Amino acid sequence: MAGALARVIRGTKTNLGIVGPLANINNVPVRFQQTQAPPTKSKYGPLADQDRIFTNLYGRHDWRLKGAMARGDWYLTKEILLKGTDWIVNEMKTSGLRGRGGAGFPTGMKWSFMNKPSDGRPKYLVVNADEGEPGTCKDREIMRHDPHKLVEGCLIAGKAMGAQAAYIYIRGEFYNEASNLQVAIAEAYQAGLIGKNACGSGYDFDVFVHRGAGAYICGEETALIESIEGKQGKPRLKPPFPADVGLFGCPTTVNNVETIAVAPTICRRGGKWFASFGRARNSGTKLFNISGHVNTPCTVEEEMSIPLKELIERHAGGVCGGWDNLLAIIPGGSSTPLIPKDVCSTVLMDFDGLVAAQTSLGTAAIIVMDKSTDIVKAIARLIMFYKHESCGQCTPCREGVSWMNKIMYRFVEGNASPKEIDMLWEISKQIEGHTICALGDGAAWPVQGLIRHFRPELERRMQVWACTHGPSMAEKLY
Amino acid sequence: MLSSLRTGVKGLWRASSRALQTSSTLQHDSLFVHRDTPEDNPNIPFEFTEQNQKRVDALLAIYPEGHKRAAMIPLLDLAQRQNNGWLPISAMHKVAEILNLPRMRVYEVATFYTMFIRRPIGKYHVQVCTTTPCWLRGSDAVLNAIKEATGCEVGGNSPCGKFSLSEVECLGACVNAPMLQVNDDYYEDLTVEDTKEIIEKLKKDEKPLPGPRSGRFASEPLGGLTSLTEEPTGPGFGVQDGLKA
Repeated sequence: MAGALARVIRGTKTNLGIVGPLANINNVPVRFQQTQAPPTKSKYGPLADQDRIFTNLYGRHDWRLKGAMARGDWYLTKEILLKGTDWIVNEMKTSGLRGRGGAGFPTGMKWSFMNKPSDGRPKYLVVNADEGEPGTCKDREIMRHDPHKLVEGCLIAGKAMGAQAAYIYIRGEFYNEASNLQVAIAEAYQAGLIGKNACGSGYDFDVFVHRGAGAYICGEETALIESIEGKQGKPRLKPPFPADVGLFGCPTTVNNVETIAVAPTICRRGGKWFASFGRARNSGTKLFNISGHVNTPCTVEEEMSIPLKELIERHAGGVCGGWDNLLAIIPGGSSTPLIPKDVCSTVLMDFDGLVAAQTSLGTAAIIVMDKSTDIVKAIARLIMFYKHESCGQCTPCREGVSWMNKIMYRFVEGNASPKEIDMLWEISKQIEGHTICALGDGAAWPVQGLIRHFRPELERRMQVWACTHGPSMAEKLY
Repeated sequence: MLSSLRTGVKGLWRASSRALQTSSTLQHDSLFVHRDTPEDNPNIPFEFTEQNQKRVDALLAIYPEGHKRAAMIPLLDLAQRQNNGWLPISAMHKVAEILNLPRMRVYEVATFYTMFIRRPIGKYHVQVCTTTPCWLRGSDAVLNAIKEATGCEVGGNSPCGKFSLSEVECLGACVNAPMLQVNDDYYEDLTVEDTKEIIEKLKKDEKPLPGPRSGRFASEPLGGLTSLTEEPTGPGFGVQDGLKA
């Protein structure tokens, strides 16, 4: 489930400096950074081809070592490693890269947590390739078509945090992707790029692939660690954070595939180059997945802060039946609340823009739904997904999501009382924030988004049902 | 009056009891407990083949000393591959023996993850994604086409024993929806006709070509690229001054 669900606010005290005081926009509390940098650009996207990081996104070129080197991978890697930890972390901080798994935690800062004085325990880098958030399929393209970017990224990230090995946890269903990645790692070992004395820099670093076995919850970082250790993927309580006690009891950092894969290019071309894209604090380029009711669904790398409408019309051939046929969009993978058409027309695709629209960037997986969609069923199906994927550890999630699932499927038919809409809202609020990990939050948000924007539709269905079947059982009871 | 009160209370009780338990439980997954059957019981021996034994050693080697338990999922997966795609209880016992763990620890893991199948399945395990992005693009029709073509019910085997059908959650190929997975391969951008064709080929034990069926190669937009039209830049392009030296 990638970090789409990880809660950023749950950081240690030092992290809290990044968020400012609460402010209210449209009666919704929104956190802003305290220092507002003046905007330097007013138009975002489209990106020029020479500024794209994933140049083999569509697999049109050779993905193996020779092809990757011809596209500029593994170039000056030794020099980057020799610049040392502080230099790399500083480049990442300058770039303003925020974690691409969904939570959007600043990567440079995350890496710097690992540079505490060593107590003799080894350190590990874990790459989260357990991509399972409905709508998201960006890491798959990286692993099958640009695996060397990921392997090189592991080495650089490992150096930045002094790790001795990286484990790439790839979801079990991605068998062919895992084998491409394994081939790339074997090539890198043979060429002396990783392993003992990696790239001739005097630094020893191993990269291993670990295949999962089909559990969305293993995308949560502590569940992922448990899963690598050969246990059930049930999230751990934090603190201790993985940076203190992680994989095999050692300091660990868990990063998304895309975050790691962009690191080498950032180091080569400079943090400033990366920061020149997108709005302040939302900088960089990003892989967007556009699925659902569009004419040509695709994965594309674009500049952050590109307007959602432009993104869809330029790359995905527009909404089926034209923009006016649009009903709603889920902008960042299944766990983000949907936004209706009028918001979609203006919203910018970045962390702050979507938070202001009461949703979130998540993994930037855009699910488009046109007017033919049964929107209630679409959300009900997502809740069924969460019900199926709940690990069962915390009661609010295990029981609450099942309740929501039952209620939502009654809402699909309309066999419910309008009073139950508020009840459902309350259940979702009772789940949110009361669980160990953020799967509960992720299940609650789509429902909240639906109620927020489509309450009249829910009520209409109940009326129609009551006209043909008489008052519903719920109506009689409550 | 008493009788009318009783019927009232009864009615109320009936109504509320109905609200407590309304829908039948959806059996998404298989049984979570083991039942001895002729095909699957602890008396059937299980050993890794010689070739797989080498793989076992290679898998164990990537985890640090004292944490060999980490090889649990890869080993179970290996055992499942060796045993025609399903995991018998004796294989779990073998893994417990290799990792020197109580058997319970292996049962826990084998029941938690959906990719471990603890019942005999067909040669071709057809998994259809029906989560929202696929559903929006017609996965229901694909699922029905498979049911019709193979005679499988969801979660069951076909009468011929060759196919097993599962309805699964997001497989991570959403821009290529709708899609299905047969054993390790993804078949994407499906229509009902494509689905039928795939099943027909599998019936004849031919391997259909994996990947998108709409004519595109991967996840690019169909009908012309909107990005990455230029040749990729070579090594050294745009390198920052700090690195040149």
